Formats: sequence, C-alpha cells, structure tokens
Amino acid sequence: MERLRRTMMFVPGANPAMLRDAVLYGADSVMFDLEDAVSLKEKDTARVLVYSALKTFDYSSVETVVRVNALDAGGDQDIEAMVLGGINVIRLPKTETAQDIVDVDAVITKVEKKYGIPVGTTNMMAAIESAEGVLNARDIAKASPRMIGIALGAEDYVTSQKTRRYPDGAELSFARNYILHSARAAGIAAIDTVYSDVDNEEGLRHETELIKQLGFDGKSVINPRQIPVINGIYAPTAKEVQKAQEVMAGIREAEAKGSGVIAVNGQMVDKPIVERAERVLALAKATNMEVD
Amino acid sequence: MTTNQTVTVGTMESSDIMITLKPNASGIKIDLESNVKKQFGAHITALITEVLQKLDIQNIAVEAVDKGALDCTIKARTIAAAYRLQGKTDYDWEALNSWND
Amino acid sequence: MVENKLKRDIPAVYADKYGVYDGEFAQVAPYQAATKRVKPIKPNDTKLLASIHDAIVKTGLKDGMTISFHHHFREGDFVMNMVLAEIAKMGIKDLSIAPSSIANVHEPLIDHIKNGVVTNITSSGLRDKVGAAISSGIMKNPVVIRSHGGRARAIASGDIHIDVAFLGAPSADEYGNINGTKGKATCGSLGYAMVDAKYADQVVAITDTLVPYPNTPISIPQTDVDYVVQVDAIGDPDGIAKGATRFTKNPKELLIAEYAAKVITASDYFKPGFSFQTGSGGAALAVSRFLRQTMVDQDVKASFALGGITNAMVEMQQAGLVDKLIDVQDFDHPSAVSLAENADHYEIDANMYASPLSKGAVINKLDVAILSALEVDTDFNVNVITGSDGVLRGASGGHSDTSAACKMSMVIAPVVRGRIPTIVDSVTTVVTPGSSVDVVVTELGIAINPARPDLIAMFKDLKVPQLTIDALKDKAYAITGVPEKIEYGDQTVALIEYRDGSLIDVVKNV
Repeated sequence: MERLRRTMMFVPGANPAMLRDAVLYGADSVMFDLEDAVSLKEKDTARVLVYSALKTFDYSSVETVVRVNALDAGGDQDIEAMVLGGINVIRLPKTETAQDIVDVDAVITKVEKKYGIPVGTTNMMAAIESAEGVLNARDIAKASPRMIGIALGAEDYVTSQKTRRYPDGAELSFARNYILHSARAAGIAAIDTVYSDVDNEEGLRHETELIKQLGFDGKSVINPRQIPVINGIYAPTAKEVQKAQEVMAGIREAEAKGSGVIAVNGQMVDKPIVERAERVLALAKATNMEVD
Repeated sequence: MTTNQTVTVGTMESSDIMITLKPNASGIKIDLESNVKKQFGAHITALITEVLQKLDIQNIAVEAVDKGALDCTIKARTIAAAYRLQGKTDYDWEALNSWND
Repeated sequence: MVENKLKRDIPAVYADKYGVYDGEFAQVAPYQAATKRVKPIKPNDTKLLASIHDAIVKTGLKDGMTISFHHHFREGDFVMNMVLAEIAKMGIKDLSIAPSSIANVHEPLIDHIKNGVVTNITSSGLRDKVGAAISSGIMKNPVVIRSHGGRARAIASGDIHIDVAFLGAPSADEYGNINGTKGKATCGSLGYAMVDAKYADQVVAITDTLVPYPNTPISIPQTDVDYVVQVDAIGDPDGIAKGATRFTKNPKELLIAEYAAKVITASDYFKPGFSFQTGSGGAALAVSRFLRQTMVDQDVKASFALGGITNAMVEMQQAGLVDKLIDVQDFDHPSAVSLAENADHYEIDANMYASPLSKGAVINKLDVAILSALEVDTDFNVNVITGSDGVLRGASGGHSDTSAACKMSMVIAPVVRGRIPTIVDSVTTVVTPGSSVDVVVTELGIAINPARPDLIAMFKDLKVPQLTIDALKDKAYAITGVPEKIEYGDQTVALIEYRDGSLIDVVKNV
C-alpha cells in the first residue's frame, strides 16, 4: 500500500525545540528545512543539528524528508550528512529540469556507495517553483527511480508568473493540474503548496478541499495547527468507509468462491473501484476511524 | 591546535545552547551558564570537553550559555563551533558518524 | 526525623507540632471552630480613618502579631507592599503574615524579612524572587505553605489566628460594606478575603473607591469590618489578569488540551448536569475551548463550573452551556463584570470552596478538575511548589483540595520542559498525594492511575495514546537524561501542609 502524504510539515533546521517535537503533531511526513528557513551564515550549524537530531530522536512514526540546498550552495554536504543520518527522502527545491534530479541522484548514489548503504535506499522528491519547472514536470517526475513525488512551491511560482496568490487559486490552476498529471503519469505523489496565512483556518479549509477534489495526495504545512484541519478534510465519511468495506468483503467472497466476477449490492466492481476503496480505508485508519 | 580567533554558534532560544570559543593558553576551560546547571551542569561540561577533544582541540576557552539544550544539540553546536574555529567547511562526516558506533 | 505515609522525612520538631500526613481524610474529625475578639461599634462612632498609619495605630498592632492580606489583585496588588512599608517605618517587628498568596510584585517583602519586620509567613505560594530568597535561607522560621482549602481550614480551626486583616477593597462605604465588582481596580470575587473578615479580630478595609452608604452588593459586611481607609490606588487592573488568560497558540499545549478534552468527553461523567473546573493558564483555557465544542455538538450542558473563573467560562455560561458559575476568585476583568451582572454567577468563600473541615465544600460535588504540575512522579504525586532545582517558585493553590475531592482529577503537563523532565522518579516536593491524582495528560498520551481500574475500563477504547506512568517517565528521561540529585542544606525553609494541616513534605535550603 502506498504511503499517505496528506501533510508534510516543514521544520526549520536551525530550531532544536522543533526538531525534538516534530513527530508529535500527526503529520504524515516531517520535512527538515536546510534551505530557505536557514540563514546563509547558519547553513553549517543547521546541517549538523539536523544530522544529530536524526541520530537521536525516534522519527520512525513519520516519513522524514529534508529540503536541501542547491548542489552549488552546499547541497552536496547536506546530502552526505542527511543520507548518513538515515533520512527517507531528499527534496530538491527550485527544480527546473530533469537534469537537476539526475545530478542529485548521482550525489546520493555516491554517498550511499561510500557508506555501504544499498543504492536506492534514499528516495527523492522535487519542488517545482517556476514556469520552466512546471513545463518540465513530466520529465522531472520520471527522472529517477528514487522519485516518490513532486510538489508545487507556489510563492516563487506566482512571482515568476507576474501575479500573486488569490483566495480562489485561479492563478495556480494550470500548475496544479499539470503537476498532478505529471505525477500520476509517473505513478508518484503530488503535493500541493503551503498555505501561509496560519491564522486563517477557513482559507486553509477551502484550499484543501479544492486540492483534494483535484486529486492531490496532500499539502505542505508550515504550522502544526494546520495538520488536524487538512487531515480532517482527507478523512472519509462513515458512508464512504462502509461502502469501501463492502467492496473489500465482496472481493474476499469472490476469492473464496473462486469467482472472477465481483459484485457488491448487485453492482459490478472493477479495478478502479477496488483501488478507491483501498485508499478510503487507508485514510480512515490514519484518522482513527473504526475499520474492521 | 592553538588559535587566535573567536567564534560563536547557536542561539539564546529555549532548548538551544550558544557556544563561544576563544583562545586559551593551555587546556580546555569551560564557563557554563545554564538554567539546568544543578541538574546537568557536570554532564554538559563533560560532553563539550569530549567533543572538543575528539576534534583535536586542546587549548580553548569555552563560554556556553545553555537554555535547556539536549545532548544532540550541545554536540551539534560544539562540532559546528570547532569546525568554524578551524576554518574547515568540508566536514569529515565519516569520522563524525563513527562516534555513534 | 519522622517518615510520613509518602516516605517523606519530616524533622521531628515540625512533625510534633503539625503531625505528619497519614492519608487524604485521616485527620477529618469534629472540632471546635475558632472565635474572635470583637470591639463593638456604637451609633456615633466612625470607622473612617485618614491613613494606613492611623489604622495601624488604632488597631494597636504590636510586635509578634499576625496580619493577613488577600491575593485577589494577583500581580496588580499594591496593598501588602503599602501596609508593610508603613509598618516597617513605624518600627514594628517580628510579625507573622498570612496572605492568601504572594506574587512577584511583593519583592519588597525580602527586605522586610531581612530587617526583622516579618519573621513568619504562611502563604499558598512564593514566586520567583521571593521564592529564591526564601530558598536561600533568609528566614529563621520556615514558611508554611497551605492550599486554599487548607488556609480556610487553618483559619476556621484556629491554627492561624489573625489579629488584623488588611483587606484591599475595590469599593467600600464608610461603614465597611465591601464588594469586588465596583471601583477602580475590580477583582470580582473576594472569596479568600471573606474568610479573613469572618475570623480576624480586627479588619481594616483599604479602598480607592469610597461610595455612599450602603454599598451593595455586600461581599464582606460592615459587621466584620472595624476600620475603613481611603488611599489613591489599591491595585493595577492590568496586573490582576496578568498571564492567566492568554490564549495559547503553542501546538504542544493545544495537543495536550485536545487529549484532555477527549478524556473528559469520553468519560461517564460527561453527561447533562456534569460539573468541571479548569483553572487558568494557556493549556487549561484551551481545554475549555475543545470541551465547549463537544458540549455544543453533543448537546451536553453543565450544571456548574467552579473555581478561579475566566472569561472562557463566562462565555460558556452566556452561550447557555453552563447553568451556574461558582466563583472563589476571578482571573480577568470580564469575569468580574459577569459576577456583578449575572445572578447565576455566584460568589463563595474559600471555606465553602475547598475546606476539608467545612460542613461540605463545593469541590465535593465536582465531577472533573483540570490541574497543572511542575512535576509528577511514578507514584502520581504532584509538585506545584518547587522547581526541579529545589527552589520555591510555585503555589499550592487549590491543587490538593480539588484533586482529593472531585470524581476525576486530571493533571496536564508536557513530558519535558526544555531539558527538565516533568514526569520523574520522585517529585522534588510533594504537594498533592498520588492517591488524589487520576489521569496524567501529556503530549505523548495519557497515564491512568492504576488505583482507578474503573477509569482504565472507561477509557479502554479512547483514541488517545495510553501509557503507564513509568513509560512516560522513561520517555522523559530518554529525552533529557537523568538529572543529578539536588544538594540541599540542613535548614528547613518551607513546610508543606496537606489540606488537613498535617505535613506532607518539607523544603530545605539550596
């Protein structure tokens, strides 16, 4: 079963208290930030701090992601320290082309080989934050077998498009849909951008409903208070859960009978319906709903 | 090694430690200010000393202002301070990682 | 040394005088209530005096007497500092003071101790600078820490005999009728002061708002008051609400509050007509907010909310979610206003609130209480008075009272604060015995006291992580490391009275 990524929470790499507490808040993924959240003169200290945290705290209940700096800005050191620390996913910011991913992949491979870590252990994801990046999203998504997802970074993107964020999100419509299609075509996750107004719960709710409807796996998160809101919107209704359970029961019944045709309540069940049912049940379990 | 410069890393935020390294004629001298000095002072001083020794720094005066930092933070801040003091930007991650064994 | 039931060593000299803790209700027995000496007032007498100086002269205050104050103005109190400054100027020495609590604003007390003006103190709490000074050993006689209910008991039973009570009065008439809801510095309920007024030999009302006779409503009546003094200001309204009513945005506090609210609403106590006390502070206020949402969703209304009242409770009452507010103290201005305007917001004294030796305190009727902690140990004992460095810095408050009496007491606290573990092997100082504590709520989940198998069964399906208290302690120490033992001196600087007057612990100098 594919991992849920409803919420990916940014954690500033230079903040010891937040590194300690990051696992508490129910985020599916915790994303340590060595890039924009860390000032230029603290890059070295943040890197060793996150490495030290990875070696100390128990992050096994979440997926660990790190946003590294560009390769020409200390990214290679970031990657060495993080891979050594046992990070699950290296996230490259401001990805423009598939070559960016290939270059990072090569650095990760080198580090894995150096330390006897099986090559391919470390996953990758790419943040797409420009027109160039959006238009190359298809190639970026397929640029490495390490790739598990692509994410929209809207703040830089809207600036490059000569616009800004609006409540209805029309300015992101193309980028969101194109990134989503690229991710789905490559069979990887699609993660939406952050919602930066942390005190506006209604706005976050609205935006999350929109991206859930489109088909995104989830959103990046900048404050723990946003997590229950987003996870709540991704929680299926009791009716959806019941229907999904009926589908799964139908499959078990058909298997028991050795029948190739599955029917639930008189309706044919085909592959997409089974896949949807599996996802509904995974989401239900993640939100602590009663599931048999 | 001996040095003539002063470096400071870390912050005064809660759960952090600010470490300043200054030249010292001989030996490691640690001046610790901490809100948990009674409970963890000896431990923190020993930890800073251990990290400095592993990084081959013998003569140094350390001013540490601790705001309840955990060991992993104290270690990280001390390592970063030592590397800065030595003017090294490429870390020997292999050596650092071997400390965990 | 005498070892009490919680294996705390009590020096023999104090054990003999106070007795040692031997169980929550071991000392509850019939007793003769204290009496007071009354100086009657004749028809043409006047109670109004020109100054605090004149009042001190008139009361005949002398060396060795006991005086009291209330702490309803919290960090905004001017009265205790004004009165002690005048007493010091007049050369009176060797006084015992019995304020209901002591705040940071009372720092001048340190000099009065050093100069021999104040030689004995009993209080609910001691804050930063005063606490640190006392912990350093500046007093020959230990401070006696009493809970709010314990203080009311001590006064009613005669353990504390107040010669003169100097009571800050937000409004008073010239004949001594007092309330806390009118005036320049309104504090709302005068619940702690009411006990002093009832039992003190002499009572001096100090007000900055003198109103025409008769001043109503009457919280403290003219029949309990000897003198009235008007001054420029008795308190700073901003200081009264300081710190208590901040709404937290701290995600860890919110998580703890959410868990606490889930425990309450999943309990059998959560049904129409239930009652609760949440206290003040960020996480406690957040509990009220989560609780409120479930009360609305499930249409469950409370019969009463008790205690220190905050605006959060006032709003719940206004929304029809709580029938009555029972109020011994207010933590903010809206609560004081509500007390004045709302007949179902009712003022009570500390005796009725929490005394173990009254004819039944309100806490005995309470379902659920939310309490805080500096430390909780693996026996569920709670410390709210000393830091983990052994220094006095907190307050006993209603902690041991409420937790002993209510049906489900919940202590909410993070597992660690910075590098200080909150869940520990053995608390630095015991204020509340573990037998009173039912559920500990942290950001990592809850621990239910094994002495409450009914609660363990009740929360079997609760969707909140459940751990043993030992597992929580292990998690705390795994984060912080094991702290070194604190080295204390030989001097006893504070006696921790249990609510019944026996000694549950002592604090040594550091």
